[in-house]
Amino acid sequence: MKRFALSPQPFEIAPLREQLLSAHAGAYASFEGWVRDHHGGRAVAGLRYESYAALADSEGERILSEAIERFAIVDARCVHRVGDLAIGELAVWVGVSAAHRDAAFAACRFIIDETKGRVPIWKHERYADGEAGWLHPTPPEVS
Amino acid sequence: MNRLTVLYFASLRDAAGVASESIEADNADLRGLYETLRERHGFALPAQRLRVAVDGAFARWDDAPRAGSEVAFIPPVSGG
Repeated sequence: MKRFALSPQPFEIAPLREQLLSAHAGAYASFEGWVRDHHGGRAVAGLRYESYAALADSEGERILSEAIERFAIVDARCVHRVGDLAIGELAVWVGVSAAHRDAAFAACRFIIDETKGRVPIWKHERYADGEAGWLHPTPPEVS
Repeated sequence: MNRLTVLYFASLRDAAGVASESIEADNADLRGLYETLRERHGFALPAQRLRVAVDGAFARWDDAPRAGSEVAFIPPVSGG
C-alpha cells in the first residue's frame, strides 16, 4: 500500500482520512501545512515546489514505515504538493490513526518533521518586491 | 573515463542552466565529481551541505562513480 504521494494538483483530504478509518483506531491526528504570506520578515506572493520525484517517493515511504515501527499507530498517510501554489493553499497533509491519542500526535509530528528534513522537495519563493529564490535551510547544529 | 548522467535541482539547476547533463568523469569518488562540477558551474553550496544519490537511492560521497549511472546532487531540502 502506497502511503506517501506527491500531488501536482490540489487534493481532497476526506478520501485520505477515509483510508485511515479502522475499528482498531480510537484516535486520528492530522497536520496541514499552508502557504503563508511571509517568510523571514518578507512578504511572499506565491511559491513553487520542485521535487526529485523518484527519491521523494521512496524516502517518503521510508519515513511512514519508520513511523509505523516507532509508534503504536494503526496507519499513516502523507501527501505533498509540487508545482505552483498560491497563498493559503494546502502544501502538505499528514494523517495518522492510532488506538490512543498520544501515539497519533507523536507520529504525526514525527512524519512532518522528517518529511521537512529528508524528502527531496525544494521551495522556490516569489516575494512581493519582485525577487525570488530557492530556500536551502541550514540544519540546526547537533550538539 | 566514465560516462554519467548528472541531475541538478533547485539552485544547482539554476546555476548550471540545465536540469541534467551527460558528462565524462575520471573522478575517484562522488565528492571529487561534485568539486569538478562545482568549479565548472560556480555552485555556491559546498559538498558538506549536500547529499548525493545514485540511480534513485542515497549514496555516500566516497562511493566511486559508476559508468552509466545517474548521479543526483541534493541541495538542502525545504518542503513542508
